[in-house]
Amino acid sequence: MSRPQTLTVSAAASLTDAFTEITEAFEAANPGVTVELNLAASGVLAQQIRQGAPADVFASASAVVMDGLEAEGFLADGTRQDIAANRIVLVTPLDGPPVTGLQDLPDLPRVAIGDPALVPAGMYAQESLQAAGLWDPLEAQLLYGETVRQVLAWVEAGEVPAGIVFVTDAHTSQRVRVVAELPPESHQPIRYPIAVLGKSDAPDLAASFVAFVTGPEGQALLASEGFSPPVEDVP
Amino acid sequence: MMWGPVWLSLRVAASATALALVVGTVLAWLLARREFLGKHALETITYMPLVLPPTVVGFLLLAVVGRNGLLGMLVDTGLTFTFGGAVLASTVVALPLMVQTARAAMTEVNPELEQAAAVMGASGWQVLWLVTLPLARRGIATGAVLSYARALGEFGATLMVAGNIPGRTQTVPLAIYTAVQTNDMMRANMLVLVMTVIAFAIVWVTQTVNGNDDE
Repeated sequence: MSRPQTLTVSAAASLTDAFTEITEAFEAANPGVTVELNLAASGVLAQQIRQGAPADVFASASAVVMDGLEAEGFLADGTRQDIAANRIVLVTPLDGPPVTGLQDLPDLPRVAIGDPALVPAGMYAQESLQAAGLWDPLEAQLLYGETVRQVLAWVEAGEVPAGIVFVTDAHTSQRVRVVAELPPESHQPIRYPIAVLGKSDAPDLAASFVAFVTGPEGQALLASEGFSPPVEDVP
Repeated sequence: MMWGPVWLSLRVAASATALALVVGTVLAWLLARREFLGKHALETITYMPLVLPPTVVGFLLLAVVGRNGLLGMLVDTGLTFTFGGAVLASTVVALPLMVQTARAAMTEVNPELEQAAAVMGASGWQVLWLVTLPLARRGIATGAVLSYARALGEFGATLMVAGNIPGRTQTVPLAIYTAVQTNDMMRANMLVLVMTVIAFAIVWVTQTVNGNDDE
């Protein structure tokens, strides 16, 4: 690792803050190594990889997107693992209504969630609301955001009295209040998989980056941005 | 940190404008002054980036120049995730504006002037250089300014082809996207402000120059 090396890491936009810090720590621990972060929605990153973009590592905010690449043979064998999990929470504006949990939602004129067809946070929100028996009574009040950031922005601005976002999104804002966590068992596990790409020019360095992310330092940095440890698979 | 994306955007847009100016003027001349097989198809293809969502344009470009792409499989284009890729994306989306404005200007040039030059012994190139282009210069310049403005604001195609790599391919629109993603609204607002000032200055200068020309 003495000669200069460059690693290109494609990471989901929702991992931006955590991966910026992880990258800096990895570079500090590996002199001569430069990590270039490529940040976009997981689906966009996957399309770039399919068309041969020169990425070494892919960190996805969606297990489904990673499943697709894996099935098509774009991942280096045996390198895929989960690096983090997330939680979905109910947020209100700081001066919002006295909401304490899901049970209060039917009393509100509007509730914002991500569009379940497009936005992972919205999909999990739908599952949780269905599990709580609230989906049908709420459906007419739901407002769909095109991204989870849009949902957060609506709540921050007080345009909607409540919204459902990832705890990591709520973490970035001082203008929303987290009033409740949605029960983790009420939705599918939220996974953030990472893998070395089969076409990587520097598979060893890529593997050491993945090990760094799953190691104590990477995990601490992810935790500091509000991510939880990866969900254990039930054997 | 903030000036990196700004400087990069100015360079990408300048390179894209230079390319669009050359390629676009040639295409405009072909469409305005020549008849050939497939002209209609060429014209249609040239205008597609104006109609298609930029993300789709980016996806198509990636399918051509990417390492697994049609062209990329034959030669390593070195365009994905690079400055060159950002320039390519901006050029392609700016090209329709360049072609359309330059073509309109060339069509306005009185063909009798060109014929007169030819009768007096000017070669095809001389007619183009000494008659057609000078008379169409206003439209060509406007096309270049529009191309620069469009290239400066390019987001979708650039994100696809060049990626969003800070310090390498992260232009101002991409930096704004990332700042919004991480809820860094201060940075997003500053970048929007800089972008607005630059865009205002470009349009202002163009109008002033054009205005003076009229007098």
